[in-house]
Amino acid sequence: MTLHVASTDTVEKPMSAADQDRQAYLANLLAQRSSGGPDWLSEVRDRALSIVQERGLPNNRDEDWRFTDLSGLYKTTFAAAAEASLQPQDIESLMLADAPVRLVFVNGFYASALSTVETLPAGLSIQTLVNAAPAARLGQQQGMTEVFTALNTASFEDVAVIQVAKNQVIEAPIHLLFLTTGESPIVTYPRGLVIAEDNSEVTLIEEYAAVGAATYFTNAVTEVWLGQNAQLHHHRIQREAKTAFHIGKTAVSQDRDSRYTLTSLSLGGQMSRHNPLIVPTAEQTNTILNGLTLAVDQQVADTHSDLSFTGPHCTAQQVHKCIVDDRARAVFNGKIFVPKLAQQTNASQLSRNLLLSAKARVDTKPQLEIIADDVKCAHGATVSQLDDEEVFYLQSRGLDRDSACDLLVEGFAAEIIEQLPIAEQRQTLLDAVLSQIR
Amino acid sequence: MIIANSDVILSVRNLTADVDGTPILKGLNLEIKAGEIHAIMGPNGSGKSTFSKVLAGHPAYTVTGGEVIYKGQNLFDLDPEERSRSGVFLAFQYPLEIPGVSNLDFLRVSFNSKRKHEGLDELDVFDFDDLVRERLDVVKMDPAFLDRSVNEGFSGGEKKRNEILQMALLAPTLAILDETDSGLDIDALKIVANGVNQLAKPENATLMITHYQRLLDYIVPDFVHVMSEGKILTTGGKELAQELEARGYDWVKAEDVAGVAR
Repeated sequence: MTLHVASTDTVEKPMSAADQDRQAYLANLLAQRSSGGPDWLSEVRDRALSIVQERGLPNNRDEDWRFTDLSGLYKTTFAAAAEASLQPQDIESLMLADAPVRLVFVNGFYASALSTVETLPAGLSIQTLVNAAPAARLGQQQGMTEVFTALNTASFEDVAVIQVAKNQVIEAPIHLLFLTTGESPIVTYPRGLVIAEDNSEVTLIEEYAAVGAATYFTNAVTEVWLGQNAQLHHHRIQREAKTAFHIGKTAVSQDRDSRYTLTSLSLGGQMSRHNPLIVPTAEQTNTILNGLTLAVDQQVADTHSDLSFTGPHCTAQQVHKCIVDDRARAVFNGKIFVPKLAQQTNASQLSRNLLLSAKARVDTKPQLEIIADDVKCAHGATVSQLDDEEVFYLQSRGLDRDSACDLLVEGFAAEIIEQLPIAEQRQTLLDAVLSQIR
Repeated sequence: MIIANSDVILSVRNLTADVDGTPILKGLNLEIKAGEIHAIMGPNGSGKSTFSKVLAGHPAYTVTGGEVIYKGQNLFDLDPEERSRSGVFLAFQYPLEIPGVSNLDFLRVSFNSKRKHEGLDELDVFDFDDLVRERLDVVKMDPAFLDRSVNEGFSGGEKKRNEILQMALLAPTLAILDETDSGLDIDALKIVANGVNQLAKPENATLMITHYQRLLDYIVPDFVHVMSEGKILTTGGKELAQELEARGYDWVKAEDVAGVAR
């Protein structure tokens, strides 16, 4: 049917049935949201709510979601997560002996019985209740108007606030564990806020996993503020259940001379999306982004990173790797924006992709926008299968074909996994990757 | 060394092989006995490297005729990894880089695959570490290379030394060195040659494939074969290499033609 719109200015585009479905779907999500918190937060939440309502949920007609189909998500009706209790033995395999400070959230609620925050090193403070969060920082980071991020802001329950005081170095990694559990489809809104004051240094392991959960939807947001000359080693491990939907935002601002390293692993979820958004707000910052995506069976795993410089003399290195097997699909869109102000930027981006089956697919798009004229920016993308010459080399040294292929995939993955700070966890994750591709 | 009545390690009879349907080897004959060092020389495109890859089992090469008997067994019945485990070693002309796989892990996996084949216990990380550090001396290699990814960022000489280190660990019965000397400066060449000489024993054999006579000053062969157009044209002692160096390959070809004419 062709619809003719005459010269009436007020005619609105008619809503399709699919658009109406998404609106009803969103209304259902919003009806169940948490609205707790002090007055200042109510204002933040109200603002986020109106953004969500105004924008609506995206579909693949939106440029940002062109390659990643959300219809599976919209077909599932999720209920708001209720507080659930897990026993320490339920999470034993996820505990890290070398990360003594552990914060555990179950279904978006802080689980004090599973957490260990009694003795904190000097300079580290931790809050988990929304009332105690610093008003000036929560929900104030760049990228808060993106619809899923705003949906989280409008809906989250508890929040992990990790704050490192000026000039303090926290030696041991902090383990932030967001878990989902439950039989029926639920939606959870994990929320984190990390503030590293001037000259401080800290390591964070932010991990998403399930303990016996059915289909669920994790819509996570972590905001990070790095003060002058501060350093954060940030490790984000998404190992949700294969039934899960996961959409996550990591929104970071970097003050002058700060160093931010993100190692991001995306292993789980039937559909997952990670949006790292990094904004160096001043000069001489360093940003290192390492990503590894594993997609097998029918998984769809998407990473959309955005690094936007605003000042001169900044450096950045990004390596994103995807391993795709079976009929799975990976998406990488890496935007780097170098405006006129950002002279002397030195940035590189590399997207490397390993396809292990004929039906596997990857869509990769480096997107460098460079306005400044005195910069060094490089980017590259490779898509390959396992190299027959490399396999033969290993066979000629006594490895059978399967072991040779395993070792090559292991090497491909290890370059990223080796960035993780805890050996025990590196091994667990490497084994998890290999067990999926065998 | 030539040892009377020693065992035949490799017997190649009338071997022919193709790459993508193009015949490269056209009836090659060769016999190698325990203790011997052989050199195959020849101009570019004569099929030298093809021969080495066929012996190692490279999938891009198709054997179309003839046979190769290795220690009494049909070599072509064995997969590449089985050939390796039973003692065939190819030092690559262009060793591959394997990013993300540590050299030490790679060497251990390779070494243990052979141990397992021989019915021996695999060495654990610690015992293997001791062994490999001792073998490093064969090629004067810096232990720091063990922690780096396999061949990644290695210079040409370092890659070739790494090949000989693998050879030192696997202790092959038949070592095939495919242009191991190419691209090496004289110091690196001496180190590599010295490594190979240390590993040559009465019970094993070495087959060098080379373009240059220079290598043969440091690893002295018992036999020199000249290869052209997929066949061995003539065979002699180490003095043949010197003659080739002085007179070039065309001389051999002319001799061959003359020989046929007679």
